[in-house]
Amino acid sequence: MTSEPQHWSFLLGKLGPDSIPNEPIVWATFVVVALGGVALIGALTYFRLWGYLWKEWFTTVDHKKIGIMYMILGLVMFTRGFADAIMMRLQQAWAFNGSEGYLNAHHYDQIFTAHGVIMIFFAAMPFITGIMNYVVPLQIGARDVSFPFLNNFSFWMTTSGAVLVMASLFIGEFAQTGWLAYPPVSSLAYSPNVGVDYYIWSLQIAGVGTTLSGINLVVTIVKMRAPGMSWMKLPVFTWTSLCSNILIVASFPVLTAVLALLSLDRYVGTNFFTNDFGGSPMMYVNLIWIWGHPEVYILILPLFGVFSEVTSTFSGKRLFGYTSMVYATAAIMILSYLVWLHHFFTMGAGASVNSFFGITTMIISIPTGAKLFNWLFTMYKGRIRFELPMMWTVAFMLTFVIGGMTGVMLAVPPADFVLHNSLFLIAHFHNVIIGGVVFGVFAAINFWWPKAFGFKLDPFWGKVSFWCWVVGFWFAFMPLYILGLMGVTRRMRVFDDPSLQIWFVIAGLGAVIIAVGIGAMLVQFAVSILNRDKLRVGGDPWNGRTLEWATTSPPPDYNFAFTPVVHGLDAWDEMKRKGVALPSSGFRPIHMPSNTGAGIILAGIATVCGFALVWHIWWLAAVSFAGLIGSAIVHTFNYKRDYHIPAEEVAATEAERIRLAAQGA
Amino acid sequence: MSQSVTADSTGDLTARYFDLHEHDHPEGGSTMLGFWIYLMSDCLIFAMLFAAYAVFGGNYAAGPSPRDLFDLDLIALNTAMLLFSSITYGFAMLEMEKGKVGATQMWLAITGLFGAAFLAIELYEFSHLIHLGAGPQRSAFLSSFFTLVGTHGLHVTFGIIWLVTLMVQVAKKGLIQANKRRLMCLSLFWHFLDVIWIGVFTFVYLMGMLR
Repeated sequence: MTSEPQHWSFLLGKLGPDSIPNEPIVWATFVVVALGGVALIGALTYFRLWGYLWKEWFTTVDHKKIGIMYMILGLVMFTRGFADAIMMRLQQAWAFNGSEGYLNAHHYDQIFTAHGVIMIFFAAMPFITGIMNYVVPLQIGARDVSFPFLNNFSFWMTTSGAVLVMASLFIGEFAQTGWLAYPPVSSLAYSPNVGVDYYIWSLQIAGVGTTLSGINLVVTIVKMRAPGMSWMKLPVFTWTSLCSNILIVASFPVLTAVLALLSLDRYVGTNFFTNDFGGSPMMYVNLIWIWGHPEVYILILPLFGVFSEVTSTFSGKRLFGYTSMVYATAAIMILSYLVWLHHFFTMGAGASVNSFFGITTMIISIPTGAKLFNWLFTMYKGRIRFELPMMWTVAFMLTFVIGGMTGVMLAVPPADFVLHNSLFLIAHFHNVIIGGVVFGVFAAINFWWPKAFGFKLDPFWGKVSFWCWVVGFWFAFMPLYILGLMGVTRRMRVFDDPSLQIWFVIAGLGAVIIAVGIGAMLVQFAVSILNRDKLRVGGDPWNGRTLEWATTSPPPDYNFAFTPVVHGLDAWDEMKRKGVALPSSGFRPIHMPSNTGAGIILAGIATVCGFALVWHIWWLAAVSFAGLIGSAIVHTFNYKRDYHIPAEEVAATEAERIRLAAQGA
Repeated sequence: MSQSVTADSTGDLTARYFDLHEHDHPEGGSTMLGFWIYLMSDCLIFAMLFAAYAVFGGNYAAGPSPRDLFDLDLIALNTAMLLFSSITYGFAMLEMEKGKVGATQMWLAITGLFGAAFLAIELYEFSHLIHLGAGPQRSAFLSSFFTLVGTHGLHVTFGIIWLVTLMVQVAKKGLIQANKRRLMCLSLFWHFLDVIWIGVFTFVYLMGMLR
């Protein structure tokens, strides 16, 4: 793409032959993706799987299947984001001694932007949403979420955003602005091409999905808890999910608003974030971080819940300090709104304002520290089983604490004036996001995979992956702390000082070790699926404590034939201790929501609309927007949205469960 | 695990830990809470637009200010249209409670007409301002003014589309439970827009004239 004034035609907008990126690397990627895509589509057609996928997965309103689809989306986008990461590492290790490396500035700038956007919005967010979707209804003894159709729609809107980001790789370009697209660089004057527009519309469409799924899960937790499950009997993962989803509802609208203002600046010519006509780019920075800081707690809080469940399960004890854990989570939730300005201490708000935000930031480390001690005291005198979920949890504790401490360093405004915008900051947030969110997601996958599929994950390849990840992480990011302290700024493409190269080479080596870890994890999934008959487990493979372990693995569509009644914390543990027999007769028909294709259809139209807006194809944007509204209205005329699973079918399913349990499976 | 499942203790324990006589949960039991939370998230979008107006409202960029542009008589008329529409929506809900389809539909239609009148006046105001050279591109003040007021107007537009849809559905299916619930949701939405407008009227128009 060139920055010359572009042509525009009525039919295709800004789209033209020059929209194909002039990059051999992108062409090669396209060939690989196209061949893979053709192979996948061919295989699905050959094995006649389209009907199955459509009926059982794409149109499903089952929270468990939607949760699994979120995890697949997250995994696919995670590998894309990691490809960006390793390309950056290679470029930075290479571009010394007069070498330009192998990426030009236009390409490199897109890569670091895409890496951040994809990892946060399309890898981490689908991962946590997927885990919460799968586990929360089971933990509270519910049959599904409050709004099952909305859940399906939310998933497809998130996917729609991901599709737009992926499309930008081959048609046009992505933003070259960094993952938060600060103006003025993201304004029309400095980013005249479609990159920022792809950024805006993919996040707006995915944001609709995220907000709606946040509302859905909040309502589910408030309204659908099993009888007797009062607030202080709520499993701790559900508590952290509740706080995380409240944060989603209370912060994603801010992102929607600020991106809408940026798009008005770009599409209509308003003056919100311009330097002239009274606009202020600093307003954008404030508004986007009012969303952005809560966002990092949206990501980490559910994983704190995962670590709590894992620690107590694998220590064979109830969680130490459950009450303090709940209050600490709530305190973090509230405090996360009072710290956003620490992302731009150097913008010039003055000493008093910076002091306020520096202090609130440091205060967050108190409830977080309390959580850490709770986990340690849970392990203390426990019979610890070092299975994979527990290994990830211990690695998290050791890694996250270092990231937390460098975070407190950055919270000191005078220190931040030295460290801001440097690789020290990059090392800090990767330390907490990889050490916290990524390790937590892996702990959760290893922990709940047997529940979702009925067999455990292979421990050997899991351990290979674990050690590569942990060692690779330290190799990849400790050099960045050192470089940051030496004053190296982020997002650099070439370097003059040859003495820095060794650190970038070490960091690159770390990225390669992590790549092996990712590969080992994919092998772990494949090996486990192949050997699934040997790895088969019953409903409660870990001697679990909460209600999701009270049903079969995988659970039936309706989760529980009879709704459990809760009398205390760790309800399933209590049932096991009391020797409660699961009901074996008297089954009743179960009321369930019906599948619908409305979600994928609406999200498909939204993708077309977003693409048309990116390329200024106004007629298509208008038609698809009208189609979106029209289809939504048509969907509301469908009043028949539920059915009953007959009692005989429930009885047959439960008889199978009882037969398996009698075999001791 | 296997012991607990096979241990065939007396049924009393099972009855204590499982709801053996469960009935279907009424459909839509969570809808009002969910819609309320949605409205609060929408409220946050407006909060951001109010914040933008608070920051940019005085940045005229040597262009026109509220005093030069706003016609309070027109805005008073417009405000009256929206407030009346809220009252008439309330009447529609009272008739709905009594189960009177015809009266409900009549009040909904009147509500829609008041909403349309509000939109017409707003569009007239906007076109007048643009005609004067005071469009959204002129200054940050006007950018934030058009965006805040326009976003509210966009909500009213969707409210009217929704209202018409519901009138068709009530005509087809009558005042069944699902339709009553939908009318309740739109009621919340409609009154919410009224509250937002009172904020706009106060902070944008009245206080703008004092600037």
